[in-house]
Amino acid sequence: MRAYKRKDDVQKKPYYTDRFWIAPQVPKQDPSSDEVFAADLEALKEKFEIVDAYIQVEQLVVYINSKDNFEVIKFLKEERTYDQLTEMSAIDWLAKKGQFEIFYQLLSMNKRKRIRVKCFVNENQAIESVEKLYRSADWAEREMFDMFGIEVNNHPFLKRILMPYDWQGHPLRKSYPLQGDEFAQWYEVDKIYGKEARDIIGPELRDTSRIDRYDSERFARLGHEVPRGAEVTDNDPINPQEYQEDEGVFLIKKLKKESSVVIDDPQR
Amino acid sequence: MAQHKVNFTQDGGLPVALTTIDKVVNWGRSNSLWALTYGLACCGIEMMAAGASRYDFDRFGTIFRASPRQSDVMIVAGTLTKKHSEFIKRLYDQMTEPRWVISMGSCANTGGMFNTYATVQGVDRIIPVDLYLPGCAPRPETLQYGVMLLQKKIRANKASKAQKAKRLM
Repeated sequence: MRAYKRKDDVQKKPYYTDRFWIAPQVPKQDPSSDEVFAADLEALKEKFEIVDAYIQVEQLVVYINSKDNFEVIKFLKEERTYDQLTEMSAIDWLAKKGQFEIFYQLLSMNKRKRIRVKCFVNENQAIESVEKLYRSADWAEREMFDMFGIEVNNHPFLKRILMPYDWQGHPLRKSYPLQGDEFAQWYEVDKIYGKEARDIIGPELRDTSRIDRYDSERFARLGHEVPRGAEVTDNDPINPQEYQEDEGVFLIKKLKKESSVVIDDPQR
Repeated sequence: MAQHKVNFTQDGGLPVALTTIDKVVNWGRSNSLWALTYGLACCGIEMMAAGASRYDFDRFGTIFRASPRQSDVMIVAGTLTKKHSEFIKRLYDQMTEPRWVISMGSCANTGGMFNTYATVQGVDRIIPVDLYLPGCAPRPETLQYGVMLLQKKIRANKASKAQKAKRLM
């Protein structure tokens, strides 16, 4: 068993910070600068609580409360003609805020406008499914559940979509290590051969640029091939691999390699 | 009808070649290596190109089969994900012996550029591999050269001896 390493300090602040660094920000405009979006926002504000709203890259971004996400999106679909859900997923802000940010990207075909509805949920808080409104939310919500572990209420078939069904952990969380936790690193060995095979098969070799020319268990050095497991010394004889059999080709008795000529004249 | 009299003691001798059982069996085995269609990623495209008319794998007696029960060699062409690893083991177990495995390309050899949680870091963690082909992706010529080397390996072994079953562990 490998030593357990804490995984909750992945987003730890770096030791060195540049005092003069100004993070680039996409400029935000007031929603009143676009009359279509201003009308949409006015209609939304009459019915729901809007936490924040601005226009960024010609798209309206609206922050709402997570508990009325279904009603807001239903209103936008039925009253404001946002008839496509092009994308939805979540963003992991667990280290900063202890919350996930869920976004719904909507498109109105006749207004030719895109609107982004955002809300925050806590780590163990479920969100209402919008699958009844948009069929595209079906797989998107399954992927969100698979990758972040956010449960979706009233989803018809909430099951992992990308990872195996018996997988543990949610890979798109920032606290999930890129090369996998212990479960992930031994997944195929544990599943196929059982845990007792770990000692025989050994841990994964993650450094693919590592070259050990004295290792004859894995790759042979080209032209210096030795049998598997043989001891490699510095002065191994050159052993080029040829297709021709060492004692000549089977059934071809009369060919003599010494007397054969290679024709390299293209005009022959 | 004209009677052709062939003098077998001259003109190249009798139409008979003497050889050993080993060589005949290995000759047959090595020249009819039926490959399991196993394209997992972009290496599969190169494998298809090797099987198509420009490179023409049929010259080597290598015909792609869609069933593991009819195939002799499994060409693992592409990235093997952990979700898929149990299926490659199942398909390998379904192949009849003697059977061989070619690991084609960097991903199948070592996991390649996918140094992540979801990729098996080399198919030799699941099944025993006879031949590793380097490249990303290897050209069809490389795959054909690899098959020729595998043929040579088959011919170098004794066929009459009971085939030792290949197991990873």
